[in-house]
Amino acid sequence: MNTLEKNTASETAPAGGVLPLPPGTARLIALVGAAGTFVSTFLSWTYTEEFPGNLTVYGYPGGLQLLTLTGALLTLLFLLSGSGLRGLRWLTPGGPNSAVRLLALGTLGVTGYTVGAIIKNLGGLINVDPGGYIAVAMALITAIGALGLPYDVPVDPEKPPANPWAQLVHSLKAPGPGRLRDMPGWVEIVIISAAFALGLYIFTFGIDTDYAELFIGYMVLVSFAFPAVGRAGLTRQLGQLTAKHRNVTVTAAFVAAFAFPFTQSNDAYASIGTNILIFATVALGLNVVVGLAGLLDLGYVAFLGVGAYTAALVSGAPTSSIGVTFPFWAAVLTGAAASLVFGVLIGAPTLRLRGDYLAIVTLGFGEIFRIGVQNLDGDSGPDVTNGPNGIPNIPELEILGFNLGEEHTILGQELGRFSNYFLLMLLFTVVIVTIFRRADQSRIGRAWVAIREDETAARAMGINAFRLKLLAFALGATLAGMAGTVQAHVTYTVTPTQYKFVEAVPPNSAFLLAAVILGGMGTVSGPLIGASLLYLIPAKLQFVQEYQLLLFGVALVLLMRFRPEGLIADRRKQLEFHDTGQLDVPKEDTGLSKKVGV
Amino acid sequence: MASDTIPAKGPGSGNVLDARGVTMRFGGLTAVRNVDLTVDQGEIVGLIGPNGAGKTTFFNCMTGLYIPSEGTVRYKGAVLPHRSHRVTEAGIARTFQNIRLFANMTVLENVLVGRHTRTREGLWSALLRGPGFKKAERTSEARAMELLEFTGLAAKRDHLARNLPYGEQRKLEIARALASEPGLLLLDEPTAGMNPQETRATRELVFAIREQGISVLVIEHDMRFIFGLCDRVAVLVQGEKLVEGTPDVVQSDDRVVAAYLGTPYEGVPEDEAVAEVTAAEDALARNTGSGSTPKTSKEGDA
Repeated sequence: MNTLEKNTASETAPAGGVLPLPPGTARLIALVGAAGTFVSTFLSWTYTEEFPGNLTVYGYPGGLQLLTLTGALLTLLFLLSGSGLRGLRWLTPGGPNSAVRLLALGTLGVTGYTVGAIIKNLGGLINVDPGGYIAVAMALITAIGALGLPYDVPVDPEKPPANPWAQLVHSLKAPGPGRLRDMPGWVEIVIISAAFALGLYIFTFGIDTDYAELFIGYMVLVSFAFPAVGRAGLTRQLGQLTAKHRNVTVTAAFVAAFAFPFTQSNDAYASIGTNILIFATVALGLNVVVGLAGLLDLGYVAFLGVGAYTAALVSGAPTSSIGVTFPFWAAVLTGAAASLVFGVLIGAPTLRLRGDYLAIVTLGFGEIFRIGVQNLDGDSGPDVTNGPNGIPNIPELEILGFNLGEEHTILGQELGRFSNYFLLMLLFTVVIVTIFRRADQSRIGRAWVAIREDETAARAMGINAFRLKLLAFALGATLAGMAGTVQAHVTYTVTPTQYKFVEAVPPNSAFLLAAVILGGMGTVSGPLIGASLLYLIPAKLQFVQEYQLLLFGVALVLLMRFRPEGLIADRRKQLEFHDTGQLDVPKEDTGLSKKVGV
Repeated sequence: MASDTIPAKGPGSGNVLDARGVTMRFGGLTAVRNVDLTVDQGEIVGLIGPNGAGKTTFFNCMTGLYIPSEGTVRYKGAVLPHRSHRVTEAGIARTFQNIRLFANMTVLENVLVGRHTRTREGLWSALLRGPGFKKAERTSEARAMELLEFTGLAAKRDHLARNLPYGEQRKLEIARALASEPGLLLLDEPTAGMNPQETRATRELVFAIREQGISVLVIEHDMRFIFGLCDRVAVLVQGEKLVEGTPDVVQSDDRVVAAYLGTPYEGVPEDEAVAEVTAAEDALARNTGSGSTPKTSKEGDA
């Protein structure tokens, strides 16, 4: 059904995409180019082994060559699928040619970057082997061929794209895929599991990159390949499957996350995973406040701080001003309760304000927390928090006789300290995701969204806006406090400087808000992905750290210009920002495609 | 307590709404002055008046959006609180003059939000998802679907509110208000911007709402609509109630006509001005009659 529609579409489309080539020729050029790129990764790209990843070996691709290889292979597969090769058609239910174009450009990007990095790092063109030149040339040929492929979406004869840039933009548009054919339940479950396993592999690959060049190449390829897969329609069809098997999906996601520490031989990489989880979980808590209730909170990190400080004080640390040692569960409850109280205390006076005023006041309270903690040192106030020195030497957690600071061998795999904390934090994430989803899909969640949409109308509908806003604020604070209790143990030390408004190290108010907005407000996966990106990129690229805030600003500006709804958009936001002028008709849509198919 | 003993002015104790001496001042401006209004059980009452007469202000005083400077509003004998969510809880629901739907929520969700005061499931219930929660959600949804059937929007339950055509948005606003199970429904210009066909449909809808035992108070500019619909009409002019009575009485009242169209009497400065203008125009016509060039240039401009 889908292929039928697509083929007719590509036949009626005018010959030539961005570059005026006959479709057959363009396809042939792209095929030759992609195959050539594929082969070129088996050649030597440089003479010396000084460039990391050892690109000198013939017959065995390594390092960045592997990325080019993957890109070329994907291009080849999608090209063949687009030309109607039996057995591969399922790859491109949406737009085959736009996917190929993106992949070809991504491959060219990776290859070009690799050769460029060789020239720059080793100081001169001389360091590039013929293999490198061949790779770039082949990738270029692929890209030329791909740009010559016909458009996936026919050009509106009334308004043809005016300039080359508009043509390029149009050539990357793709029609949505049709409904997925019904398959046996177990096949669908296997597909979902495979997708999550693949996701885990890709994520682990990114975390395990041991030099900056490889990570940049990885980011380039991923940032082209993911949209390409989306254009091909696979993401949407996977979405149809996951919507059908919600519980399977949630379990698969959990299992994939659970498996992460078992793939890590190096505990340093596991620490990245742990920190991402802490960051992401707190961002999810903020999503209740910002994404659901629409309250712009710029001092959210203070709640993380309250939880962390509370846990540190009751952890039995030698410098704690209270000489008590709570078991972990009690510490979590205390931390959450302290955050809750703090949240209500801050929320009660500030939530009478709306919009920008609320943002400014919460920003102020966030700073008051930090400065307050800094001064509770015995000099300017009672000695509670040791002032700027913070509370160091927080002991390792011990749960049911299981010391999280030590290495344990589970299932034949050594799990280091950070892996243990990762698993603990994962448990918290699951709890917080559940809380978020359940609160969202309930009377309370609807009331929050109503307040966000129109507070006056919400009040007129009988919603006690102040109480519900306070509830959102308190719930968000509690969730952050819970995450804070784990964070205190992971970082060994809590100091006031960890809880600034903006700083280079991620969990701070500005980055938390950015993670929510970057990922997509009001969704579960949005903040998780946003937090991963915001933590991973600076952690992997040492040189970025100097310019981090600059790049961060640039990234936000670009995002707000091109994708204001965030990377993962819920349907509501997507329609809000991209008004297509068409009515949003969820049910009749499928009926229409059925009619066409028959 | 003493004020409770004052006998109601309307016919018997069937008063749903009883507003006494409502006055609303904004600084030096008195938008509503000493207005009394009652609505009886199962009655449709209209509130009309020229633009800026204070109709919406009076509405806002009743629904707790404004706190009236003087006077009290009682609903079924109890003084209404000055908080709009408490007013809705007490049993008065309203729509807005300029539609205020939750634009990015679906049609069904909009109505479910209207159910807020009639359900009690809090955060814990939502988090624990016990049988009570599921039952309440099912009941709410069933009730919301009933209301959508009633207003004829059931087929569009999953559409976003902002994508509905204008007339259906008005209907959805009414459905949302009805979801709070009100005893009195306040409609603020329900037919503004509607074509005659939609206006007729709205009238039928209001009658159907009355059939359910809900009293209606409606602000409207469309006179044909209001006189065909209401049992009683009150006219508000410059913040004060001018006339109140059956549509016939109000229609034939000279003061109402005067309030809408102005009073014609001789000797007003305007008349002189009009006369001057006519004279000037006549003179101009005579001039242009002799020399035809300016006229053609005017046509060229047009």
